[in-house]
Amino acid sequence: MIRKVLYFLILIAFGFFILSALSAYFPFGENVLTGVARYYTEKGVKDLGGINIVTSVVTIYRGFDTLGEVTVLFLSVTALAFTLVGLKVEKAKLPKPTLIMETGGRYLAPLIILFGAYVFLHGHLTPGGGFPGGVIIATSFLLLLVTQENYRFKKFHITTTEVLAGTLYVLVGLLGLYYVKSFLGNFLKTGKPGYLVSAGIIPIIYILIGFKVGSEMTSALNNLKEGGDEH
Amino acid sequence: MNIESLIFYGVPIYLIVMGILVILTTKNLFKMLLGLSIMDSGINILIVALGYIKGATAPIYSRYPEVFEKVVDPVPQALVLTAIVIGIAFLGLGLALVIRIKEKYGTVNVEKLKELKW
Amino acid sequence: MSEAVVIFSVVLALLVVLATFILWLTKDLLIGVLSSAVISLVASIFFLILQAPDVAITEASVGAALTTGFFIFALKYVGRREDD
Repeated sequence: MIRKVLYFLILIAFGFFILSALSAYFPFGENVLTGVARYYTEKGVKDLGGINIVTSVVTIYRGFDTLGEVTVLFLSVTALAFTLVGLKVEKAKLPKPTLIMETGGRYLAPLIILFGAYVFLHGHLTPGGGFPGGVIIATSFLLLLVTQENYRFKKFHITTTEVLAGTLYVLVGLLGLYYVKSFLGNFLKTGKPGYLVSAGIIPIIYILIGFKVGSEMTSALNNLKEGGDEH
Repeated sequence: MNIESLIFYGVPIYLIVMGILVILTTKNLFKMLLGLSIMDSGINILIVALGYIKGATAPIYSRYPEVFEKVVDPVPQALVLTAIVIGIAFLGLGLALVIRIKEKYGTVNVEKLKELKW
Repeated sequence: MSEAVVIFSVVLALLVVLATFILWLTKDLLIGVLSSAVISLVASIFFLILQAPDVAITEASVGAALTTGFFIFALKYVGRREDD
């Protein structure tokens, strides 16, 4: 018990030292936009047509990092499915859902899917984008898994969606290489800023990322609940 | 050091320190993953707080042709958007490994796991 | 930033301190999982005060809904007490 208090005091002193060093070298709020960030905020809307600057940075200006992140997500969800093959342990069961939970979940799940689709479709106009949209869709499937008894997914549908979305994303990048001579470059017209059909290939990339992240998280939740292959 | 700097730099550093403390003083593998998760949240707040500019607003130009206003730095926000999603990916893989350890050895206590031979 | 926002941030910082102490000192793992969800929600409000709405939506949906779902499904295998 006294050892825990000693560890706590030493780490708090260390943290206080780092805090004072940080606020001496980088005072809070005194940042100045220079270099690359200044180019993105001043000429980003005229180049690409999307009025959300963070979305333009993530999909086009730094598009290769997003491709790397989609790869890391795919690898860890596949490794999770491989780790849990053939699990034979007894686990505590979730309690049987009551009538209110079952009916409420059945009426609420399509509305949550509609909201998730709105979030990733308007990624270039309002805050949000592909990643939170896909996670909201996975949340609606989590609701269905918890409130309906004996709810099963057809694994073929989920894995086919995920594989198709990932392949189409790389194909859009290769089309950019063919037309504009740079991988994941913008090859459609930019249009008028502020309209739904504008900003080149940004809506297409976010639709594909939304499908991919949603089906991956649903597959991970299904594997954790069922515990292995159940064909 | 004024009060704003104390909150917006102090709370993330406090979360990182408490995450390290939880990992150091527990013997349960599941609780170590909980400590790792709060450390991840703390680091993301610290990166976004380094890009704040006083008196500026969010980087979305909703009234595009009329007004040209001061916005905060968008590059740390793009980095943190990626980092949050990668955080759940490695958390899911860690939980799958803990489930396998519990199945094979029957316990998730690291002191008992050290005594078991191959 | 204005005075009201600073006072609100101080109250949220006290909530974070309370939640981390509960997570460190409890022996019931389900209460630890719920404290982790509270810390994620307060982080999402901090992102909104720091003028980053994209990051706030992502952290709210990931930290509050999906991470808690992963932890609770894994808790069914491991058992609720820390020292068994």
